Formats: sequence, C-alpha cells, structure tokens
Amino acid sequence: MHPGEDGVSSERAYFRHRLGLAALLVFAWTGSMFGQGEEVPTPGSAQPLPPLRWGADAEGGAPYIFNDPQRPDELLGFEVEIVQALERELGRRIVHKQYDFKKLIEGLERGDIDFAMNGLEITSDRQKRVRFSRPYYVFKLQLVVREGEGEIGSLGACVKRRARVGTLENTAASRLLERLGLPTYLYDSQVTPFEDLAVNRLDAVLLDVPIVLYHTRDKPGLKLVEPLVSGRGYYAIAFRKEDEELARQFDAALERLLLSGELRRIYEKWGLWNVSQEELYPPNQFGLELSAAPSQPQELRGWSFASYFPLLARAAWVTVELTVLSMAVAVLVGLVVAVCRLYAPYPVQLLALAYVEFFRGVPVLLLLYFLYFGLPAIGQVVQWEVPLRWSPFVTAVIGLGLNYAAYEAEIYRAAIMAIPRHQWEAAASLGLTPTQTFRYVILPQAVRIILPPSTTDFVALFKDTSLAGTITVVELSKQYQILSTSGADYRALVEIGVVTALLYLLMAVPLGYISRRLEECWHGGQLGEGRH
Amino acid sequence: MKLGSTEDILFQELKGRESQRRRSRDFVLGLGKTLAVLEARENQGMFEIETRGLVKRFGTRVVLDGIDLHVDQGETLAILGPSGSGKSTLLRCLNALTPFDAGRVRVGEIVLGAGKVPRDLAIQVRRQLGMVFQDFALFPHLRAVDNVALGPRLVLGLTHAQARERALQLLSRVGLAHRADAFPSQLSGGEKQRVAIARALAMEPKGLLCDEITSALDPELKWEVLEVLADLKREGLTLIVVTHEVGFARRVADRVCILTEGRILEHGPPAEVLEHPKTLRVQQFLARVLS
Repeated sequence: MHPGEDGVSSERAYFRHRLGLAALLVFAWTGSMFGQGEEVPTPGSAQPLPPLRWGADAEGGAPYIFNDPQRPDELLGFEVEIVQALERELGRRIVHKQYDFKKLIEGLERGDIDFAMNGLEITSDRQKRVRFSRPYYVFKLQLVVREGEGEIGSLGACVKRRARVGTLENTAASRLLERLGLPTYLYDSQVTPFEDLAVNRLDAVLLDVPIVLYHTRDKPGLKLVEPLVSGRGYYAIAFRKEDEELARQFDAALERLLLSGELRRIYEKWGLWNVSQEELYPPNQFGLELSAAPSQPQELRGWSFASYFPLLARAAWVTVELTVLSMAVAVLVGLVVAVCRLYAPYPVQLLALAYVEFFRGVPVLLLLYFLYFGLPAIGQVVQWEVPLRWSPFVTAVIGLGLNYAAYEAEIYRAAIMAIPRHQWEAAASLGLTPTQTFRYVILPQAVRIILPPSTTDFVALFKDTSLAGTITVVELSKQYQILSTSGADYRALVEIGVVTALLYLLMAVPLGYISRRLEECWHGGQLGEGRH
Repeated sequence: MKLGSTEDILFQELKGRESQRRRSRDFVLGLGKTLAVLEARENQGMFEIETRGLVKRFGTRVVLDGIDLHVDQGETLAILGPSGSGKSTLLRCLNALTPFDAGRVRVGEIVLGAGKVPRDLAIQVRRQLGMVFQDFALFPHLRAVDNVALGPRLVLGLTHAQARERALQLLSRVGLAHRADAFPSQLSGGEKQRVAIARALAMEPKGLLCDEITSALDPELKWEVLEVLADLKREGLTLIVVTHEVGFARRVADRVCILTEGRILEHGPPAEVLEHPKTLRVQQFLARVLS
C-alpha cells in the first residue's frame, strides 16, 4: 500500500456522496436481488435497471473487440461474444463504451464505465485500485520474428544480441522487456509492431498469444518462436472496489459459462483454446503467479521523484534534440522555398507555393503517420531499394521539419519583401551581383525581422515534438503518458504532470529570453536612435 | 570582336554620324541584344558619358522623350527640373538600374541599347559610375566602415584588411574617420550621405551620379555634403548631379540642363541658363525654385 491510496479513495467517496449516490450503496448492501444497481438514479424504484456500460478499446483491438470491416457499426471479437453470453446469464443489457485502453482504469474510477474488459491482465498494482473478477483467459507471451531469422530463437537471445523488440505500452510484455533491460519500442496499436517487424524496423515482437495469433494470420513473412515464453498471466474483468456485489454476479456468471462449455466454444471458434485454459476451471484459486509478467518495477521504485525524474529528464533531452534538428531542417528548407517563391522561374514558384500550401494544410500527425507507415509500404510495393524506412526519430525530424519549413518559408518571404527596394539598388550600384546582394545585404537585414516570429515557431515546434510520441519516439510527453498509465495514482499523476510541465517551461522560457536579448542587441546597435 | 556584315554597315554609319559631332572614335555595337563593347582606339582613357535619343516609358506614360546628353571627362553637369520630369529616371538609365525603350547610352567604352541589360554588362557600367541616393540607402546592419568596404571586398576582390584600409581612407576624405565604427542609425543625415559618397567612391568609379543627395537633409547639413562634391570635382571626377540647389549648380557645375516632361528644354553654362533662361517654362521654374 503506498501513501497515495487512502487519499484517493476518500476523495472518491466524497465525490460520490456529493452526487447523492451514497444511498444507493446502502441499497446495494441490503442484498436486494438487483443489488448491482448502484447507478440507478431513483433508489427504490422497481423499473428495469439501466444497461451496464462496458469499457473497451475497439481501435485496433482485434481479436478482443474490433469493428467488423464489412459492417463498421457492428462489433466483433471473442470478448464481444463473452459479453453477449454474460448479458444472457445476467439478464441485463450491456452496452459498449469506446475507451482508450490505457485509460480504462481511470475511466472506471471516474465512473464513465461500469466495468472494463479488454484483455486487462491482473497485476498487483491494478488490484490495489480495482476489484478483478475471476480470470476468463490464461495468456502467455509469444515472441515473433521474421521468417528466416536464425539468431533470435528466444528472449535470452534477444537480450544477448540487444535486439530491437516491439510491444504494446503498459502490458505484461512491456514490463518484462523493461525488466530485461532490452531496447523496447512501445506501440499504441496492435497492428503496427508487426508492420514494423516486417519492414525490419524491429528484430522481434513480444505480445500476448491472442494478439499474435490474430495479427500474424495473414503475414507470411513472420515466424512464431517456439516454445512460448515461460510463465503466464490472466485476463480478468475490472470493477470498482465498491461494486463488490456486481463483481460477484459476474464471477458467478463466468463460472456458469465455463462449466457449460460456452466459454470454451467461443475460444475454440477464435482459435484461442489451449490446455492452459484448464486452469480456469474451479476450484482453482489463481494465486498471482505471473512469472512472465512480474508486477511492477515502478511500484518497487515507489513513484518517488528520484525514480521518475531521470526518465523525464532523458525524455526531455530527446525533445530538445528533436526540436533543434527539426528546426534546422525547417530553416534550411524554408529558406530555399522562400527564395524559390520570390526569385525562381514561374513554374518553380508555383511548386514552392504548392509546397507551402500542402505542408501548411496537412496536419503534422497525418504527415508523421504517412512518413512512418505509408512510405515503407509504398517502398515495398514499388520495390525501391532506396531506404524509406527511417527510424522513428529520423521520421519525426523530417516530418516536423518539412511541416515547419512551410511556416518558415512564409515568414522569410515576408521579411525579404519588407527590405526596401533601395537596398537592392544601392548594392547593385556598387556592382554586387544579385546573389551577393542577397547574401550580404538583404538576408542579414531580413534575419532581424525573421527572429521574433521564428522564435514563436520554434517554441511551437518544441511543443509539437510531442506528436513524435505517436510513432514510438519516447520524448517528454510520451514519457509522461507512459508513466501516467503505468499504475500511478492521481496524486502521482498530478505530481509527474507538474514536473513535466516545468521541464517544458524550463526549456521554452530561456529560448524566449535569448531571442529577446538578441533583438535588443541588434536594435540597440543599429536601428535604435543614437545609442552607443 | 568579330562583326557581321549588317553590323558592319551600321557601325560605319554610326561612326560617320558620331564624327560629325565628336572627334572620331570607334564603337563596337552588338545588334538585336543590347550588348556592345566598345574599344576606343583614339583618345584612350577619355571617359565620357553620352545618351542618344533616350526614350523611357512607364506603361503609356513617356518619362524620357528622346534625351541627347553629353558629358566630358571631369565635367560637372547639373540637371534641374520640376519633380516628375524624369531626372531620376535619366540617372538610373545611365547605370543600367532601369532598362529603357529606345536610343542608347554610352558610358566610357560601354554602349547600352534598349531593353534588358545583361548582368555582366550592367556590372561593368556600374563599376565606372558610382551612384548616391536621396535617401542614402546605407546598409543599416553594417558599420560605416563596413558599408564602404563591402563593395571593394566583394566586387574588387580586396582582402578584408585592404578593403578596410581603403574604407578608412575614404571616410577621412569625407571627414568621417572618427565615425567609422558607427552604425547608420547613429549618424546624422549629412554624415550618412557622406558615408554613402565614400561607399560609391570606394569602387574607384570614373563618374558619380548624385540623385538629389541633399533633398533629405536639413539646410545646415547640406553644405557639408555639397562641399564634398565640390572637392570631388576639383579632383577631376566626372559628376552628374540631379539637384534643386540652384546656388550649388551655379557655383560648381560646368553645364546645367533643365529637364521638363522628359525633354531637355535648355542647356548650357550655368551663367547662361540660370541667369538668362530663354523659355517661359524655365523662367517660371527657376522663379519658383529661387523664391
């Protein structure tokens, strides 16, 4: 039990009290037949209970829960079928509520959903926050490599060869990899690790068996490593701790589904049944064995400042690197585009204009996705040997750089146009060529006009680097996200959030200061009146 | 330069016409395009500026309507006229800042024709003819000495040290050695214009075009700039000065021409033109300027 826990639950109790729901708790405790109705707005009434809200992430969620590609408004998945069976067993309607996988526990605590069932494994830190049902699936971890991969035949080999291993964020697999100290690539989506493995951005993928089985079906180039990683974990349904009665009903319903063979039928239909599942049958008590997914390195570190700050500081450095390199790309490309816009032959001017309009109009996020996922796919199709498979970091630098180059180009163009025509003529009358004039007369003056808006862009870019997190670059925001979904309680969340924000400010504010000093320096020297 | 037959004929014709007015000299004239490089065989080293039938239009408006001018080496020509009469445009045509529509311009041995001027030819002309602007057009990001040294360094290929040395010499020649390290914003109007003159002189031009260089100055600052011009004349520089300073024109200019609506109405020695103008237009103009 760590110090934040009491504070949070008492806060929550207070919140519920304020909503006038305390009475419902009493109602539930009286042991009524419909005791799970803790969200009923009018206590004591006999009208049918409202449907239960099931929180799960259907985005890239196959084979657990996903949208039917043929009929996108219909949900498919083995968990969908389990929920349908539960609906029948409980005699109560259950509606799906789309919820980000990483936020499921928070959603439960906030009261947005009544239960979370989404391949959530039982871990000890989650157990502190939620009440888990009995497990409904026993999972193991599966290592996947490319066909023809001879070197990596086990996790041990990964460690020895410092292989690049991809997995999903905040899962048993990610924690195992972290514990092994492997260079880990953390993904949001279940599809992309396999894509990246296929195009050689990764050496291996480590994920839960159901995910692996489903996503490697149509991928001939990938190979499942036998045997499975030793150890196992359990998927279970998560409830709020105070919804004990509801949880008990689910436990009973799950047991009935197990004994009736309904659950096995579902698993067999999805190709997920194996002998490990025998363990689910009563009277097993499910000790938290979880040797493959040991619980919580973070917890061992105890969420102290000293434990998370080094992670944030390292990520902040990545943010700085991203910003500086992207800005360098933006300045160079922007200058070329601006000059093309102003002085190039007409067709090239049009191209430059098209560049500006395109990159200014396309969201950076989309651009990053395209560069990261789209280009390698195109490269595969056209069999081009030029390496389009940039690393996440390089992709982010190029994507952000190209995007910001469009903004820079417009600033530069305006600044260059703001230099009086007489400056060109004065230089020309000395016999300078246009190129010399631009280099020695126009550009140095334009820079002074460019500086303030460029600084603003630089700071904006600095914050936009957080988008690189979507293509697995662990920069400051991504690191915050990872920390915040790794079982920290609210108090830790706020604390880490404040530290993250301070790190951003610590970096952004001096930038503005330096820029202002430079301006003052130039103005005082050259454009101000009579200062010496 | 090798000449084609058509060019040859034209060349002869031109040569004939020239020799009626001037001592004979040879041109090499490039037809069609504007390029022509002339090789003087006689009078080598004489630097003259000349325009023949110079026409410049802006759209339908005729700004210069057939200007014939001639300035000898070492001569000072003052051009006067009401605003909008084409004085500045005339100067800009002389050093290829503005292309013209008909006629030709000769600067020393270089002949410019109508139309766009090739860049290398323009640069050759500009190295012979310095220019000073009404609004100074100093480079605000450079100190006075660097304003002057930039051209020699980039165009004449002087080293940093050589260019700086020349710049300091020229600044002291216009009486500004002590202001060498000031930025333009720290200089008075008169000082700025003297730096601009030094900047033009640093390219060692044979002639200097001055476009109303005292118009933006307070009356008490004008004299310091005009004094510099008078010195330059004494040193033998060819000067073409567009000005409203009738007094200066009378004192310093060898010849004066009055430009109105794109034509030269009168020209001759200052005593003649300024004291006894023949046309009513010029009489009115001078009366207005002098009052």
